[in-house]
Amino acid sequence: MSLLEILRFAGRGVAANKLRSALTMLGILIGVAAVILLVAVGNGSAQAVNRSIEALGTNTITVSSTARGGTTPSALTVDIARSLHDPALAPDVRAVSPVVSTTPTMTHAGTEHPVAQFLGTHPSYFGSSNSPLAAGAAFTDQDVAQGRRVVVLGRTVATELFADTDPVGQQVTVGGALFTVVGVLAEKSSASGFSDPNDLAVAPLTAVQQTITGYGPVNSILVEATGPDRVNAAQQQVTQILNQRLKLPAGTAATGRGGGGGGAGAAPYRIQNAAQLLATRTETAQTFTVLLGTVAGISLLVGGIGITNIMLVTVTERTREIGIRKALGAPRRTILTQFLAEATMLSVLGGGLGVAAALIGSRFTIVGVQPVIVPSSVALALGVSVAIGLFFGSVPASRAAGLRPIDALRYE
Amino acid sequence: MTLYLVDGAHRTTEGPNRPVLDVRDLTKVYGQGEATVHALRGVSLTVAAGDYVAIMGSSGSGKSTLMNILGCLDVPSAGTYRLDGVDVSRLDDARLALVRNRRIGFVFQSFNLIPRTSAVANVELPLAYAGVKPAERRRRALAALDMVGLAGRADHEPNQLSGGQQQRVAVARALVTEPALILADEPTGNLDSRSTEEVLAILDQLHTAGRTIVMITHETEVAARARRLVTLFDGRITTDVRQDGAR
Repeated sequence: MSLLEILRFAGRGVAANKLRSALTMLGILIGVAAVILLVAVGNGSAQAVNRSIEALGTNTITVSSTARGGTTPSALTVDIARSLHDPALAPDVRAVSPVVSTTPTMTHAGTEHPVAQFLGTHPSYFGSSNSPLAAGAAFTDQDVAQGRRVVVLGRTVATELFADTDPVGQQVTVGGALFTVVGVLAEKSSASGFSDPNDLAVAPLTAVQQTITGYGPVNSILVEATGPDRVNAAQQQVTQILNQRLKLPAGTAATGRGGGGGGAGAAPYRIQNAAQLLATRTETAQTFTVLLGTVAGISLLVGGIGITNIMLVTVTERTREIGIRKALGAPRRTILTQFLAEATMLSVLGGGLGVAAALIGSRFTIVGVQPVIVPSSVALALGVSVAIGLFFGSVPASRAAGLRPIDALRYE
Repeated sequence: MTLYLVDGAHRTTEGPNRPVLDVRDLTKVYGQGEATVHALRGVSLTVAAGDYVAIMGSSGSGKSTLMNILGCLDVPSAGTYRLDGVDVSRLDDARLALVRNRRIGFVFQSFNLIPRTSAVANVELPLAYAGVKPAERRRRALAALDMVGLAGRADHEPNQLSGGQQQRVAVARALVTEPALILADEPTGNLDSRSTEEVLAILDQLHTAGRTIVMITHETEVAARARRLVTLFDGRITTDVRQDGAR
């Protein structure tokens, strides 16, 4: 008896109970679609994180203070920042921008907006942090030298305060002082759902110190290396200078992977570069993907158990039919193949529909993430669903094939 | 294997005296120890080609066990069973399946058609397992249905047919492979008198055409149609008489 013939019998068996077959396939469909889609969501969010970190600039180093006190000798100051820009000691540093940051409330014509990040810095910040302007112009070194009260707004702040009007040339009040808006930053893509990178305002360092923070130490120093491949060299040079300036032992390691750095007795500052940040974030995203994939895999397993269950019920229900077929001379192998084929058909059809559902689902944004299908996850999910059909179908199928014809015929 | 492929039509030309069925000292024991049941206690029976035999017996006489062994659905505990010259009492599962397919046509009391499957597909089934090509299969199945007078119902499913019609489909299925032996297990047990008459008429017709038929029944008027009546009691044959088979 040809395989095609057996497949036809199996097809008839699947079609005989349409609702049950459909529900069984639904289990596999959901499992396969969940695996593909959730892995795609994980992958999509990882790619989004990478893109936003790359947009931030991969050749920057951030030196941030970990000291609590105000004017302790170890605090980062504008002087220290200036000393980092040294063509002799630090040839791989292109630009240095000291940054102070506060979170004041900004008002304009009765409208209030709490700014998430109000930064005081040098004009080199715009280049280093990869923040081009969409309208107006950045402030200049002269503005910094004269402490002129001008400000560049992020997209969110601009829309909050100046709904439709052009903010350039208008005045805003920050901490009791008037600032003139000179420019608006181009919109930045969100790195993750955690914070809005467009909710910021940037003003000359001196103006911010004068009006809000006072002339204390700076919060962080943004260092731009001469190129992405010089980041590590620049980081070493910066570390050396900082250790010297802050009178720390020469060997003090201050680099922190992610949030590391600065245990007891270590440096009172932390150095992070974008590459490290990228590695950390990618690692997190991968963990996230694996976690999602595992959960989805469990649902695929549950779908597989559903197939076993339905096939066991089918075999029990059709015991008599199996008896008749055996009495008419159906060999064991044919019965085995027929029931295995039925189980595999259910899982393959369910798996195929699951892939289709996942492909359709991936066209939509899910919890703010555009899913990116991983081709290997499609192959894996389909392969697993076929394997499930064969594996979970084999128990009921061998039970059916092993029935003795007289027992099967007597079964009511 | 080729031994089994001898054509059924060819066998009937060898004369009525060659035994189709040759059973010697058949015993069947179920269970062990105190629960031992001797279903058959030494049955010997020879059925010549073209004969029409009815086996009667009360319940518990062992006639169902004998039927299962004759139908190669079960194997005897001891004794030999030669079907059409081949000793089938010691064959393995796969070979028994082949013997059932090629040499025996079954008619069951409860019809045993495959549900949700058309009459012609039911009749085709043994041919499908025998590996006959679809077109040839369809032709032979329709011819068999025509013979039982159901050519017009070929596309009906079992639940659209009356009991008598279902049993006639089952008879068509039994004879479509041209088996050496047609085994009927209480073929009229579930039928009314009219359907019984229809089915028995077809069996008579098959007998006239030279088929070998072994039928189990507990109705004397049904048994009366056969040419030979064998009575079983307590696992042994008690009577074995020839009769004229007149209506």
